[in-house]
Amino acid sequence: MTIHAITVLGHDRPGIIADTTARLAGLGLNLEDSTMTRLRGHFAMTLLCAGEATTEAIQADLEPIASDGSLTVTVYELPEEQAPAAAGQLFVLSVHGGDRPGIVSTVTAEIAAVGGNITDLTTRLSGDLYVVVAELELPADADVAVLEASVKRVTQELGVDATLRPIEADDL
Amino acid sequence: MSINERVLSWTEAELGVEGRVLDVVRAPAHVLSVPGKDVDPAAPETVQLAADLIATMRVSPGCVGLAADQVGVSARIFCVDVSTHVKTRTHHGTYVLCNAEVVEASRNEKAREGCMSVPDLTGDVKRASRLKVRGQLPVTGETVEIVTDAFEARCLQHEIDHTNGLLFIDRVAGAHALHQRQTYL
Repeated sequence: MTIHAITVLGHDRPGIIADTTARLAGLGLNLEDSTMTRLRGHFAMTLLCAGEATTEAIQADLEPIASDGSLTVTVYELPEEQAPAAAGQLFVLSVHGGDRPGIVSTVTAEIAAVGGNITDLTTRLSGDLYVVVAELELPADADVAVLEASVKRVTQELGVDATLRPIEADDL
Repeated sequence: MSINERVLSWTEAELGVEGRVLDVVRAPAHVLSVPGKDVDPAAPETVQLAADLIATMRVSPGCVGLAADQVGVSARIFCVDVSTHVKTRTHHGTYVLCNAEVVEASRNEKAREGCMSVPDLTGDVKRASRLKVRGQLPVTGETVEIVTDAFEARCLQHEIDHTNGLLFIDRVAGAHALHQRQTYL
């Protein structure tokens, strides 16, 4: 059993997911974690698939999807990964303001500096408004107040606003 | 749900001035990100602003609430009218609240919301669906408490957030909770 990462990126049209996943199912691959979304008219998906098919077999089977040049497909075999360590403190960071270069790099540097891990991040550009929403895992011993202060400082320097909130998980 | 009859019977006729339609500012305008100042409910400029907010809300398709910072004024006042919205259960008609604050909030529910000041995005936001809010009516300055639920509760929290310099973007539930708007009213 191997894990393959498959990316499909290109001009959006109906049927990309149906076509791609049908071909993967035909190879006996099990679709595990995935993300599929539309980014400014481009469709982008990253799939992790488990199965016995080789990289070459997957590439050959998906080749027709990309044959008209509107989509780019990549296939990689992934190494075994250790299960993630126990989660620390979970937060959502929202940043918004006027679009300018460096917002994501500046803010994420502050998170990395305290050993925080970004587990999911979305950006949206809407006119002049740039929005970043990131989900963070902070080490259990991280000083959240210190991180919040440092994020506020750098976002003020950038002229944007930031809000850091704990993620509430309701266990039922 | 106990209706506040005083608020329900309030109409903009009590303002005694004609409202003007103002331009709605859009993020990233700075005024949307700073807490508003408390207002004097009886001050002529507050009363005029109340009328202007209602006039602007009325001409804006789908608008169920508008806060002063959305028309460029950093002040703690907003108007609401969810009476014709399909998701409304309890409502108090059209009204304006000054210096409003949340007193009690419970029964969080997540729903997708938008904002005239962020016209091209929507977000999934968890908010209380049972709410008690305290504020003052314009002109008289009477303190009123509104106990409400469902969509009026969501709208009040959204508007009170505006008076505190917060947008729904500051409260989206996660990285996959922010969306490009698909339909416009």
